[in-house]
This record gives sequence, structure tokens and C-alpha cells, in this order.
Amino acid sequence: MIRFEGVTKRYADTSGTDRGDGSVAVDDLTLEAPTGKITVLVGPSGCGKTTTLRMVNRMITPTSGTISIDGRDTASLDVAELRRGIGYVIQHAGLFPHRTVLDNVTTVPRLLGTDKRTARSRAMELIERVGLDPAMARRYPAQLSGGQQQRVGVARALAADPPVMLMDEPFSAVDPVVREQLQNEFLRLQSDLGKTILFVTHDIDEAVKLGDQVAVLRVGGVLAQLDSPAKLLADPVDDFVAGFVGRDRGYRALSFAAAPELSLTDEPTVALGASADDVRAIGTPWVLCVGDAGEPLGWVRAAAVESEVTRTVLHRGGTVASTTGSLRALLDAALSSPSGRGVVADDDGRLVGTVRAAEVIAAIEARRDAVASSTPAEEATAR
Amino acid sequence: MSLATIWDWFTDPANWQGTDGVPHRVLEHLFYTVLTLLIALVIAVPLGAWVGHSGRLRWLVTGANAARAVPTLGLLFAVSMFVGPLIQSDLAFVIPSITVLVLLAIPPLLSGTYAGIDSVEPAARDAARGMGMTGWQVLTKVEAPIALPLFLSGLRSATLQVIATATIAASVSLGGLGRYLIDGLASRDYVQMVCGSILVAVLALVADGILALLEKRAVSPGISGRATRVARSRARNSDPHPEPDLDGADRSDTGPRQPAVVGSGSTGPVEATAATGTPSERDRP
Repeated sequence: MIRFEGVTKRYADTSGTDRGDGSVAVDDLTLEAPTGKITVLVGPSGCGKTTTLRMVNRMITPTSGTISIDGRDTASLDVAELRRGIGYVIQHAGLFPHRTVLDNVTTVPRLLGTDKRTARSRAMELIERVGLDPAMARRYPAQLSGGQQQRVGVARALAADPPVMLMDEPFSAVDPVVREQLQNEFLRLQSDLGKTILFVTHDIDEAVKLGDQVAVLRVGGVLAQLDSPAKLLADPVDDFVAGFVGRDRGYRALSFAAAPELSLTDEPTVALGASADDVRAIGTPWVLCVGDAGEPLGWVRAAAVESEVTRTVLHRGGTVASTTGSLRALLDAALSSPSGRGVVADDDGRLVGTVRAAEVIAAIEARRDAVASSTPAEEATAR
Repeated sequence: MSLATIWDWFTDPANWQGTDGVPHRVLEHLFYTVLTLLIALVIAVPLGAWVGHSGRLRWLVTGANAARAVPTLGLLFAVSMFVGPLIQSDLAFVIPSITVLVLLAIPPLLSGTYAGIDSVEPAARDAARGMGMTGWQVLTKVEAPIALPLFLSGLRSATLQVIATATIAASVSLGGLGRYLIDGLASRDYVQMVCGSILVAVLALVADGILALLEKRAVSPGISGRATRVARSRARNSDPHPEPDLDGADRSDTGPRQPAVVGSGSTGPVEATAATGTPSERDRP
């Protein structure tokens, strides 16, 4: 557990504009990052989120207040020892260009005096664990893509198996596709490792996706709201948080609601290669095409089929929701489907049935009514 | 004068013996060079490292480079006139000579060291500190190895200049290969002058070659750009899939088994990577 108690960071006024008190980066922050959970610090530029993070490993010294890790005041510890016990991941990975991937990963264990062999064999495990080919171990950072460098950064931070990790915008310098991948793998890794993580980002979507709890900071380093992502989206405390959390809150909040058991409609399907007559025989303007294993491939407009169903006539705009996914995915499947019928598949990707947007909306409303009539304690569990 | 007379000079045993023989003159020359470089290193390296590390007093580097415009020979006579009356020994000539040579060697060493330390990515330095390296460890384990190629190119340039310019020591009655030039000029022995020049050139080339070898051995392939080339050619030979193009580099992350060999040399020193043709500034589309 990382605990901030009345932590303030004030910078001396060096600008000469003479505001007298200097600028306050973090203002009387009290916050707890619980053990084994991801706490995300999020806010606009100048909200002091990075300063807050860097005060934990004393890269920045607080002006007042105390920060403790598992009950031990960080100010009382030797600074190098403290840092070696905390995983540290930063935006551009900050890999050492003159060292191979393997030697980058062994940095902290080697500083702690672990012998080279032990450190290396553990590093190899971690390199695989973060999703890199073991052959990459001999490469140098300059030979890796941005996403791969970031994976190495994470492996390096994990090398000495620290209970606490600080992550400063680790995924913001890679492109959106890679970012999403890294986020998903990070969550998978965390579900295995259960580290106490303090994570800084300026991206509210990332915060909501990754955080067990999210702390929204406003400019001047004041904590605006600390809540679970679902609560943050559903119930922002003020205009600032509401504005920062952004549009589509109602829709995005559906990400946290598991898809309910809906009665799905059986959908007549055709296979690739079906003749135009087969397609028109079904009688609906849009017909769903499935593959050999029963996986949905796309919608076909019956009128557009000339001789037979080929991959080129498939409409691919529709998304596929999973029976174990979220209400958001379910609603999106219905909204994005050209036929108005959202495609639902099971975990193995096989078609289960379809659902209409109206049915999903009805489910959402039923759920809201259930929450509204329940007691606050039940409400918490429902969320 | 012909090639034959030069050949005769070099093969004449008389020119290889005694205090005016080639070996002795070369040793004298090397002595001035090494002494100069040692003194210059002691001054320039800590200063350059500090300027690069702190980012303060950068004008020192620019100023030192501007000072290169001062004519060395003129400076030598000026310093000799000033120091000469104060000292009653050979040192009256050694000190001025070494002083002007040191002044000549400092600018390239200073800029090399400064540029090397300055080329360390702030992120790498931040990570090093954040992982619990002490200040000394950050310097020796991270900053120094990354700064090495630029520092060494400064050293090579300083060495070349000092070897070439150490000939002026002879003009204030000291030894070294400059003797062949000065004495040759005085006695109108142009063959001797040409041979002296050849010796200086050969010495400079040999010294540069040795430093180049040292550079190759000491600089990590990760920053010299060699690693990128090696891995690239290996990937081309053994992998059936074509290399991902640079602009799609980040996408290659989608499959961990893909040969994503990309020069994202943003971490390498610009000069070093540019020299070897690594695509340095192209990693972020």
C-alpha cells in the first residue's frame, strides 16, 4: 500500500513574476493506493500527476507531508535502496541503448547483487512473459519497435520482483493499435502478479480501462475525485470531473456492466459460396454469412448477390459481441449492424444469435431500475 | 628530388641511428603528443562531462572552439617570450610548447565529451536514477558508455591535430619530427623535409587507426549502429518474410515472432548513427 498524507509540493518561484508563494504542483494530497491494485492518477497537464508519482521514489522531494509504503515512511529509507525496491516504468521506456535487452532487464537485480546467471535466467523468463520472442534478448534497444521497447521497460521494472510499481505514461508514446495490445497484456500480467501499482496517464479512457480506482487531479495538484472507474463515469462530483471524463459517459459506463442473459434470436445463415437463390430464399434484405466453424463472417445484402456469396460482397461494418462481454459491446453490435440485428458469439467465436438495439436498451433500463430500487450497499455490488 | 632520393633517405642507416635518427625523433614526438593529450584530457573531460550533465556554461564549449582560431605558432612564441625568462632550463621551451598544444587539444575533447554526455536521452538517465543507481553509477554505467563514441571522435580529432602540430616544438629548439622540417629548411635539404612530413603523416594515420580499432572494440554495438546492420542482414538471410518497412515498424509489434528490426536510433548519438546510415529520426511515424 502506498499512502500519501497531506503531501504538498511547492516549487520556488523562479520566474521572477513575484507571485510570492511559488507554484504549487501538488496541494495537500491524501490518497491511498491499495495493495495489489492499480491506482490511476489522471488529469490535464499541470495537474501534478507525474510530480505525485515521482515523489514516491523520491525523484522529487515533497515540500511537506509524508509518503509511506506498507507503513514505512519513504523519507526514512536510503534513497537508492528505496528505488531498487520499486519498479519504475517511464514514457519512452528509457532503455539503455548500449546494453542488450537482456542486460537492460537485469539492471536492478545486478545492482542488488544478484549474480549474473541467476539474474539472466530470471530476465529470460520475464522477457517471454511480457510477450517478446526470447531471441530478442540479444538485441539492442535501437533494433526494437516502440511497443517492443516498452515491453522491455516493463520487464526491466519487474526484474527484481518489486511489490510496488510506478508507471509514468508507459503506453502513451506508441500508436493506438499497439497501445491497446500493451494495455490488455498489462492487465493480464497484473492479474497474475497482483502488484501495487501507481499509474499516471493523461488519457481518461486508459485510466478507466486500467484502473481499479482512478484519482482525477485538477490543475494545481488538487484531488478532485477518487473512485472506481464505473462510479467516476456514472457520478462525477463536479463540472471539472464531468468535463474531463468527457462525452459519451453513459455509453462508456456500459463497459463495466456485464452483458445480461438476453433471449437471443436465432439467425438464419448462409455459408460462403451459397447461391443467390439460397440467399433470397431467406427473405430478409440482409443475411448473415458464417464460416465453417460457425463463426460470423459478415452481412450480405441479398439484392447485391449476383451469382454466389463471396468474401468481396460481405459487409464488415458490424461488430460482434461476446456472450461474456459487456453491455457496451452488445449495444455496439446492434448499432453497428447494417441489418439492425447485433451479432452475438460465444467465447470460441461461434455464432449464438442476434439481438436488437431496443432489446439491449430494455435490458439497460431494467438494470437501472433494479439499481435504483436497491439499497446503497447492494448498489455497490451491482456496480 | 625524386622518389628514389626519398627512398634513399629512408633506407640510409645513418638516418635511423642516434639522437637525430627516426626512432628517437618519433619517440620524442610521441612523448609530446601523449603528454599533451593527458593534460588536455584531465582538463577537458571533467569539464565537458559537467557541462553536458548540468547543461550549464555551454558557452565554454563554444568559446573553446572559437579559441581554435588563434594561430598556434604565434601563440607559441608569445608564451615562450613570457615563460622563457622565468625558467632556466629546457623546460623554458617544453612548457610553452606543451601549453599551446594543450590549448589546441582541449576544444575537440571538450566538445566531444560535452556532446557525448548531452546525447544521453533524458529518459535513460531518468530510468537509471529511478531504478536506484547512485550518481556515480549513472555516470559510469550509463552516461559514459553512451558518450563514448562522440568522446572518442573528439579524441581522434585532438590526436591528429596534436601529432601534426607538435612539429612546431622544433621551432623553439626542441626535438620531435619537426626537427626534420626546421633543420631541412635551414639547410635547404628538401628531401629531409619531405621525409619528415611523410613520417608525421604516417604517425598520425597509425595513431588514428589504433584509436579507430579501440573505438570499434569499446563502443557498444547498440549505439554504434553496427548491431542494427548485423541483425538486419541476418534477418534477410534467414527469414523468409520480407523486412517490415520503416513506416510500419511499430505495427510489427502485433506478432512477437516477427523480425522487427528497426533502427529507432533516437537513443543513439546523432553523429554516430548518421555516419553509419542508421535511420535515426524516423521511428515515430
